[in-house]
Amino acid sequence: MTEPLTREPASRKPILQVRNLVKHFPLTRGILFKKEIGAVKAVDGISFDLYAGETLGIVGESGCGKSTVAKLLMNLEQATSGEVFYKGEDITRLSGRALKAVRRNIQMVFQDPYTSLNPRMTVGDIIGEPFDIHPEVAPKGDRRARVRELLDVVGLNPEYINRYPHQFSGGQRQRIGIARGLALNPEIIICDEPVSALDVSVQAQVVNLMEKLQDEFGLSYVFIAHDLSIVRHISDRVGVMYLGRMAEIGTDTEIYEHPTHPYTQALLSAVPVPDPQARERRERIILTGDVPSPANPPSGCRFRTRCWKAEERCAQETPLLAVPSVFAGSDSPAAHESACHFAAEKDVVGSASVDAA
Amino acid sequence: MTVTDERTGAAAPVSTTPLLEVRDLHVEFHTRDGVARAVNGVDYSVNAGETLAVLGESGSGKSVTAQTIMGILDMPPGRITQGEILFHGQDMLTMSAEQRRKIRGRKIAMIFQDALSSLNPVLSVGYQLGEMFRVHQGMSRKQARAKSIELMDRVRIPAAKERIGDYPHQFSGGMRQRIMIAMALALEPELIIADEPTTALDVTVQAQVMDLLAELQREYNMGLILITHDLGVVADVADKIAVMYAGRIVETSPVHDIYARPAHPYTKGLLRSIPRLDQKGQELYAIKGLPPNLTRIPGGCAFHPRCPMAQDVCATDVPLLHPVGAERGSACHFWKETIGD
Repeated sequence: MTEPLTREPASRKPILQVRNLVKHFPLTRGILFKKEIGAVKAVDGISFDLYAGETLGIVGESGCGKSTVAKLLMNLEQATSGEVFYKGEDITRLSGRALKAVRRNIQMVFQDPYTSLNPRMTVGDIIGEPFDIHPEVAPKGDRRARVRELLDVVGLNPEYINRYPHQFSGGQRQRIGIARGLALNPEIIICDEPVSALDVSVQAQVVNLMEKLQDEFGLSYVFIAHDLSIVRHISDRVGVMYLGRMAEIGTDTEIYEHPTHPYTQALLSAVPVPDPQARERRERIILTGDVPSPANPPSGCRFRTRCWKAEERCAQETPLLAVPSVFAGSDSPAAHESACHFAAEKDVVGSASVDAA
Repeated sequence: MTVTDERTGAAAPVSTTPLLEVRDLHVEFHTRDGVARAVNGVDYSVNAGETLAVLGESGSGKSVTAQTIMGILDMPPGRITQGEILFHGQDMLTMSAEQRRKIRGRKIAMIFQDALSSLNPVLSVGYQLGEMFRVHQGMSRKQARAKSIELMDRVRIPAAKERIGDYPHQFSGGMRQRIMIAMALALEPELIIADEPTTALDVTVQAQVMDLLAELQREYNMGLILITHDLGVVADVADKIAVMYAGRIVETSPVHDIYARPAHPYTKGLLRSIPRLDQKGQELYAIKGLPPNLTRIPGGCAFHPRCPMAQDVCATDVPLLHPVGAERGSACHFWKETIGD
């Protein structure tokens, strides 16, 4: 079996370092005298690095906290605790001018191109708006020309500069959103489900565009999505989230072909593969039950209530995200960080047999 | 064989009457921007115990066809201009409203994509389930309640007895979709139409719900029309596929053949444009352009402006559904070339 080559990141210097990031949303009772009665633990201790020029995919089901992570990285939400270092500087503590300077370099592309563009602004105004906030990037007289250039870069006709968002299809609108994200020449773009609202035949166009732009401008992406196939396609490394925690993180080959966390294995085995022959070949793990509420997560390992391997120890001890001791020191692809007491390798997508065919 | 009429050619091998047969259905909508031709001559059939997957993007007419079968098409603005919908060989479009009502709901049931907006938020699920039995079968409240609990058990909702008085918002997405399935099954219909039943659900829950649906279908030997845009879901459960584009069926096939050797450039493009979980690919193939505006569908083959194989004839002649081997059809002038390379 030949290992598919992963694109080597431009350099191994982390551009963004996330350490023990926590976001709890308080649950209150009472109108005049608000009393805190608990908290929704949306993100509960997440750590990862993003390297320059790479794409880090973050996957997980709804409610696992992946979109909250995106907002925390943009400092759109105030973190409860933890740090996000951008080039060595903790952005969760910044405010005012310093924050504004950092935000120029971290931009975002949103999921729904129908609601994330102001319907009463022209495309030119939408893409040019970042220049009002950061006038140093493009001098006033130069802005229209810069917007035309951006439209051209994302594959839209520069003549469309005076049109309104409703005159565009979903895929074209997402290109406008991407152009807006590119306007300030950022280093990092956080993409929160950028293609899930698009039709299948249009998704590929947008994914290809994003890859092209990454090569052209040396961008780093944090690519958040629930579609595991697209995440594998675009990512160099992938992190799997469950109920506010990172369950497993590694390169795309490590996660997809050598997953060691039971949740990753179940998630991968549940994805329908567009190949009827795979119906018989694949072993599917059907999980029982639903994701527990993040307001009242299980003790110990968060996944234990749905896990077929769970034992007494899983309820007592929280597994740490680290290379499991059974694989420590080995150079097999299974030796990557996985937060499970009973981590074991299992090929669930049947990639070995596909490669041979 | 190229001269055979499309319909007789495709439908000839069927000796017994299928459970449901749609013949040359045309539906249009009158809008401010003109007439939107949503369905332009759709033919398909389902037998008992069989799963037909109708695959298409938004605007392909897959849901409008289903709504027409179910009789829940908004008229106006919608209008059925041509065609037949045969249930056990009887045309539902020409029968009396009274007769039609006996079939719809009782013999044909539908499951929608968004369970939260399909359930009434101010009534308990027990009431809504029981309503089926009270209205259609005249059961007493007590009997209906017992039947409802039994149904909730059938779709594996834990602690059905305690949860029967709960309201829809108290259930998770997957559980709500189970309740929708329970409602659809209540009267033991012969045919279920499921319109994107798992699209709003997470993958692990999607697998549970699809499994349940497939199991119940086998048990009751129902026909199932599964409407979806997800090629993966289709490969997992379908027996045969109809691919729709701009209100027409462009390819029909048993499930195994279409993935291995697609006979229409649109199907082929779709299959190549989705990334796969079990392979790390290079650049994705992208079908150029956009799906057409239904008020201005291109002449000839509707796909020709986006098609890599298009020739002059494609802009002028509408391709018929050519038979491609047994039980297969492709509406492409160049299906031989498409399937060959």
